[in-house]
Amino acid sequence: MLDDFMVRAALAGVGVAFASAPLGCFVVWRRMAYFGDATAHAAILGVALSLAFSMSVFVGTMVVALLMALIVSVLSGRGYAMDTLLGVLAHSALAFGLVAVSFISGVRIDLMAYLFGDILAVSRGDLSVIWGGAALVVALIGWRWSALLTSTLNEDLAYASGINPKREQLVLTIALAITVAVAIKVVGVLLIAAMLIIPAAAARPLSRTPEGMAITAGLIGMLSAITGLRAAYVLDTPAGPSIVCVAAITFLATSILKGLGHQR
Amino acid sequence: MSLIQVEDLSVRYGARTVLSRVSLRVEPSEIVTIVGPNGSGKTSLLRAIIGAIKPLQGRVVQASSLKIGYVPQKLHIDETLPITVSRFLKLPGGVTAADIDYALTQAGVPELEKAQLSQLSGGQFQRVLLARALIGKPDLLLLDEATQGLDQRGSASFYQQIETVRQNTGCAVLMISHELHVVMSASDRVICLNGHVCCEGTPAVVASAPEYRALFGTGTGGALALYRHEHDHGHDHADHCHDHTEATE
Repeated sequence: MLDDFMVRAALAGVGVAFASAPLGCFVVWRRMAYFGDATAHAAILGVALSLAFSMSVFVGTMVVALLMALIVSVLSGRGYAMDTLLGVLAHSALAFGLVAVSFISGVRIDLMAYLFGDILAVSRGDLSVIWGGAALVVALIGWRWSALLTSTLNEDLAYASGINPKREQLVLTIALAITVAVAIKVVGVLLIAAMLIIPAAAARPLSRTPEGMAITAGLIGMLSAITGLRAAYVLDTPAGPSIVCVAAITFLATSILKGLGHQR
Repeated sequence: MSLIQVEDLSVRYGARTVLSRVSLRVEPSEIVTIVGPNGSGKTSLLRAIIGAIKPLQGRVVQASSLKIGYVPQKLHIDETLPITVSRFLKLPGGVTAADIDYALTQAGVPELEKAQLSQLSGGQFQRVLLARALIGKPDLLLLDEATQGLDQRGSASFYQQIETVRQNTGCAVLMISHELHVVMSASDRVICLNGHVCCEGTPAVVASAPEYRALFGTGTGGALALYRHEHDHGHDHADHCHDHTEATE
């Protein structure tokens, strides 16, 4: 079954959707959308460094994404507005990454594959990395779920309950770095944030509890991955962007549904 | 023995000292109110007690196995986060349906169990926060200007609820209040804070203390002065309006 590239692609997409759903909800709740973007953009620098030092791309992107997230965490609240800081760091990392890639001689790399993903070329090895990473992210968030939710609601409430919100922030940062590293092959650095935010946002009107929203986001993400791949196959369109398009259409649909619900 | 004992506590943000050598105690079942102008370190003191900020010097000693219920100043629930009241109350873990029922009844809002948090009115929301603080059956309730944004009637009935809770559960209460007239009726003890403890004692003693008068101005004395002060402190103490909001962000 795994011999079929379409089956491998679908499994990869579903794996990424699985990890992105609970993490994406926190990204939406905590208004970290730009943070996710910055971390993802930094990953291209990770790709360049991995190739330069012939390391695994997965490890390289994860390390750079983690460093980026930590730098942002440390620098935030020191003089610059968050969006300015993220704008500077995200695009600098992307630019330096692109320049660094051009220095690498010998290996010809397909930059487009890293910018927009190359889901149809997912190998069995990639698949195990994606599912391993996704399982790790979901386990991590599941383990810290109540503490994460409490710190998201109010930091002082967390302190009063014996939870350190800074530690929980670190948990999310690590989960984000892992997700970026596993999703790069599937949707590419430019669209990773979309996989985090769009399914969660689409799930919001359908949910009454945080858990419900995470599960619904997961279902929407998986559905988008499978439908998007199918559409890409039939219409001969790029796979990663097609997945994001389906998620975006779902967002539109649930938003309209919510609007209709309010009118009644 | 005291529930909490704050000893020689100093807190500094950058180069600015917001609390210097503050000491206080809270005994079982008493209601203690902290008053003070904006920027006097009230919120910082409470945050130091719950461990959200590290003091420069001094320490906070808690009675062994002390359970604290904390009601924050305000809590902004993002529209994007769907959560019902009962799910919110279950967050600490190990909470049963009976616990939720008990806490909501104590807080005076048993009917809100299934409501969405983002749909509540200001008054209802503060009651739910109170229920959340009560759910662990605390020995000490900490309230940080819990009635901010409520109208006169809303805050009066909120503080009445606090007294009822104290009667029913016997927990002690340490609260910050801007509404100084409340101090007169609901507190056993008042601590007047302005970076340091200016004066403390029963509400009547504090209201007539010269240190208190110096901070809050002289009026006709008693409750009326306290009450009046509430309406003009914004002008009198405009120069103090910096630290407080920063400290709570």
